[in-house]
Amino acid sequence: MFLQQLVNGVTLGSVYALIALGYTMVYGILELINFAHGEIFMMGSFFGLLFWWILEMTGLSKIIPIPLAIFLMFVFSMIATAFLGALLEFIAYRPLRSVTNRLIPLISALGASIFLQNFAMLTFGSTNRVYPAIFPDFGWNLFHARISLIQIFIFVTCILMMIGLTLLVNKTKLGRSMRAVSQDYVTASLMGIRVNRIITITFMIGSSLAAAAGVMYGMYYGVAKFDMGYLAGLKAFTAAVLGGIGNIPGAMLGGFCLGIIESFGAGYISSEYKDMFAFLMLLFILLLRPSGLLGQQVPDKV
Amino acid sequence: MMDIRFRRRIKTAARRWNNMDMRLKWGILLVIACVYPFLASSQYYVHIMNLAFIYIVLSLGLNIVCGLAGLLDLGFIAFYAVGAYTYAILSIKLGLSFWEILPIACVTTALFGLLVGSAAFRLRGDYFAIVTMGYGEIIRILANNLTFLTNGPIGIIGIPRPNAFGFKFEDPSQYYFLALAFVAVAIFLTYRFQASRIGRALEAIREDEIAAISMGVNLKNFKLISFIIGAMLGGSIGVFFASYATFVSPESFSFMESVMVLAMVVIGGMGTIEGPVIGALILVLLPEALRSVSDYRMLIFGALMVFMMIVMPKGFMGWIKPRRILRTAEEENPLVNRDF
Repeated sequence: MFLQQLVNGVTLGSVYALIALGYTMVYGILELINFAHGEIFMMGSFFGLLFWWILEMTGLSKIIPIPLAIFLMFVFSMIATAFLGALLEFIAYRPLRSVTNRLIPLISALGASIFLQNFAMLTFGSTNRVYPAIFPDFGWNLFHARISLIQIFIFVTCILMMIGLTLLVNKTKLGRSMRAVSQDYVTASLMGIRVNRIITITFMIGSSLAAAAGVMYGMYYGVAKFDMGYLAGLKAFTAAVLGGIGNIPGAMLGGFCLGIIESFGAGYISSEYKDMFAFLMLLFILLLRPSGLLGQQVPDKV
Repeated sequence: MMDIRFRRRIKTAARRWNNMDMRLKWGILLVIACVYPFLASSQYYVHIMNLAFIYIVLSLGLNIVCGLAGLLDLGFIAFYAVGAYTYAILSIKLGLSFWEILPIACVTTALFGLLVGSAAFRLRGDYFAIVTMGYGEIIRILANNLTFLTNGPIGIIGIPRPNAFGFKFEDPSQYYFLALAFVAVAIFLTYRFQASRIGRALEAIREDEIAAISMGVNLKNFKLISFIIGAMLGGSIGVFFASYATFVSPESFSFMESVMVLAMVVIGGMGTIEGPVIGALILVLLPEALRSVSDYRMLIFGALMVFMMIVMPKGFMGWIKPRRILRTAEEENPLVNRDF
């Protein structure tokens, strides 16, 4: 039971962590809570599904080997969602960048998320959409716990993506520009960094990570629905805050913590209250450590 | 972006309106509001207006917290839920009347606001917003799962309607004037509160927290008072809602509702009193007006929200009288919005 819950929790946690990275990156650069990020995750899931439908309609799904099909599904969904993220930034956030009132972009994000949710409902229908069971249903028994291939796949892919992102942010020129912009974008622009381009790229990376999470979520649970972005987005956001928002390792830690807590809460206490544990946890952590687990105490700006 | 002449005409009208005496202004609105149900062609239109009144009181309550004290509360609807459930449970289980429960609900929500507020005020900025979002969700999940008390997801049905002087409220047009009374009291209270010593202190805090502290303003207590007053307004209209709908279920108190009320405050113009009223009217009536395109209604609604924020980022009131609202960074520092 313990090990099983741990395995389930880690799987769920890695999905949350991937979504949380998008929140944290955008917050780190713009100090903006991108409330439409959950809907980006949902759209990513649907783009993956769309790609599979195309493969089935053209008959290619029988020709292409399964690992390649899965890989292409991820690539397609990530690219499409990256452009969607860039579009979202361009339409809903960029015109509002000079507004000092932080609520304004928040409401705009909200409008965008209502739009995307209804767009998905009108295009893909309001019922559960069945995700293709293309992933081979293997599993191993280990100390009374069952670990399936898809769980290992999700965990490994997430870890690889996180390592990739960390390297990108810490080692490349692009990552250095991103860090510079998040420090102070006026100065960064004076140093010759094209701030707008960096912000767009940040949105694209965050969105494509959310898309990967969306495809994994769809494969793991077998369904996609137009309103699944809301709760997943809220949880991932909680995860980002738990770790200290704006902090990339923090988002990963927060995601895993949240997934494990939720899984244990559902397994040992009650599954009805499982959503509540996430929020109770959030309250406790924030009251004990107001800037999150790995966040730094920000001094007052005078 | 919009027709210049149209905008100028609105601005002239707005200036005239702003220069009018406050009592005259609200008097005119009150007369229009009183005539409305007699002109409305069906009960349905009266019902929509009742809903709008509920949201007006909610957004006035949130405006005190958000617009006046500058606290971003994303779980405001929880107070509304507490008020509604208080009425539903007390009226069914104990048989208390509307007028007895109203003060009880106000006290309950005030205590609740005190509890949440005193814990959450240790946090600043965005973290405060996140914690309030968390308690909003917790209340909803509790309402969903404390089945012995709240009936769970099914909700409580058959909530008795109120009586007043032997007169029983039944259909929307009878409720209309009760709702209008709630709105009038809320507007009056907001005016008094904003003009009071506490209200002025809060505005000082919102403009510059550190300067206000150094002038001897007790930050925490004043913010807490505004939080509690906002909560009480939310709770009292929750009582009204439960009696009007005769049905409460956790579905009515989702995070989306909190956010909608916030959108009303922001779209109307934060920190003003007319703002939340206008915002609530726009956001309640707009989806109704879009009913002819029912499938695309929410799609258009979402797009319009983004569009409104881009065209008038300071809200409707900021758009027609920009001077009283805070200036944007662009006006203060023209460098900020340059395309780098």
